Amino acid sequence: MKSLKMKKEFKVIAELLPNDTRVLDVGCGDGSLMNFLKKEKNIEVRGLELNQENVQQCIHKGLPVIQGNAETELHQFPDQSFDYVVLSQTLQAFYEPEEVLKNLLRIGKSVIVSIPNFGYWKVRIKLLIFGEMPVTKTLPNTWYNTPNLHMCTIKDLFKFCDEKNINIKKVIGVNEDSTSLIKKNNLEIKNLFSKLGIFLIG
Amino acid sequence: MPSLAGLFFWMNVKLENIKKLDVPGSLKLDCGKTISNFPLAYETYGKLNGNKDNAILVFHALTGDQFVTGTNPITKKEGWWVTAVGPGKAIDTDKYFVICANVIGGCMGSFGPKNINPDTKMPYGLDFPVITIRDMVRAQESLLEHLGIKKLLCATGGSMGGMQLLQFCATFPEKAFSAIPIACSSSHSAQNIALNELARQAIMADPVWDNGKYVSKNVQPKNGLAVARMVGHISYLSEKGMQEKFGRKLQEKADYEFSFNADFQVESYLRHQGYAFVERFDANSILYITRAMDYFDLSKQYKGGLVEAFKKQNTKFLVISFSSDWLYTTKENKDIVIALNASGADVSYSEIITDKGHDSFLLNEPEFLKTLKGFIDSMYEKFKNEKRI
Repeated sequence: MKSLKMKKEFKVIAELLPNDTRVLDVGCGDGSLMNFLKKEKNIEVRGLELNQENVQQCIHKGLPVIQGNAETELHQFPDQSFDYVVLSQTLQAFYEPEEVLKNLLRIGKSVIVSIPNFGYWKVRIKLLIFGEMPVTKTLPNTWYNTPNLHMCTIKDLFKFCDEKNINIKKVIGVNEDSTSLIKKNNLEIKNLFSKLGIFLIG
Repeated sequence: MPSLAGLFFWMNVKLENIKKLDVPGSLKLDCGKTISNFPLAYETYGKLNGNKDNAILVFHALTGDQFVTGTNPITKKEGWWVTAVGPGKAIDTDKYFVICANVIGGCMGSFGPKNINPDTKMPYGLDFPVITIRDMVRAQESLLEHLGIKKLLCATGGSMGGMQLLQFCATFPEKAFSAIPIACSSSHSAQNIALNELARQAIMADPVWDNGKYVSKNVQPKNGLAVARMVGHISYLSEKGMQEKFGRKLQEKADYEFSFNADFQVESYLRHQGYAFVERFDANSILYITRAMDYFDLSKQYKGGLVEAFKKQNTKFLVISFSSDWLYTTKENKDIVIALNASGADVSYSEIITDKGHDSFLLNEPEFLKTLKGFIDSMYEKFKNEKRI
């Protein structure tokens, strides 16, 4: 189930990326997305990953990966050295997401950020009706063991980009089996019904 | 020292029987002097395949030699990287052809201060020219030519071996498909120069050293050389590793002796390591090789610094550091990664978490060996495919 959902996200990200580009995957995990992009799009991928086991898996797959913390070690990548930088469902786990985002925009000509949407209706119901911190498929941890420090909604990230003068090129909402384009005029409704938001910015 | 003289004689006889390339032509050294028709001792493991795409060049560290694995025919001890290299090991000699050469300046058959100076008919001693890491690497390149290898599948080395590797990649950017610098640095730090100086001073303070002329007398400044080795051994461990291994444990005694004998296990360990070393290594070689390490500063060779040094790289890099290594720290290794990144090179990096210090790359560190194997095997697949296309 999880892998299917992951694949949906990967497909959307892959569709946003032109062939033969240079892409940095920040928080690349075991390299599944990098492998996917390399095979589907002939994209030159690089990864940054903190976990040693994940780093090893990437290396075994022949994927170039640098072990390091995105929060403190993005400075090593030169300005505009990648066509795209991808950050998949990790923004909310940083101490300073704003700083990380600034760095991503410095390194990449464009940036793709996906976030688990805290505005999704099931999440809202958990909190509103049950009065509990939401635990869902996209947010599987409980309040005391979640790595997520800065949860936000699709609408929040929209507002953030506006305030910081970050150019939003495209936003896509992802559900179980459907994707949809999110614009200002359908933001309220999409913010309620999308599990995941994928932003192309920069 | 008749026994030591005998040992030296025996070693020299033995050294006649090892693989040696008489490097043809001449090599202009960084110091300005030129050496010509000099010997380069080497060893190989495994078989070079028909496509010649399975060759791995290993660069050895300060006190290493060409006998990477199996039994060293001279010392009768295990090869220095038996943990990583051999049949079925991370660097699998059933699959790959592994080459290692003794560095020039060394004492295991390659051109070094023990060799006879044709002008004086005496061992060179301090008349041997001061060599650099680049000189070592240039000398070894001729071995690849001799073996008919145009491009290596991989080149690797730890510590000074890693420094040679970085130099090799900068000087010969087309020669290696992939490279694994391990626990090294692109320029020797003040702390490392200081430790090397301590080792050199210990040797030179031994009266037997006699300005390097001891060789012709068939003796060895073993007290000085042993102290030099002890310094090294301290720097190869970590504070925590040493505490765990030795603590304050006493050496085969119930209480202090109230003397200067080796009461503590750690003292006994150092003395053992120090005096075992003098049986197999030449004091002048330590002077020359440590000097080469100290002079190493890759960024100084290129106007644009380290980034420029790596500009022409198509080589795929994997840099590995060890968390408790205080000799070649994670920070120094990361600086290499940053420079490679800035030059647009294909680079991976992994920091192995361990208490075992700089020595880790020689030990049975499962995470390290797994990473090594994973990288080399995946590179082999890529290299084969690239060649096919």
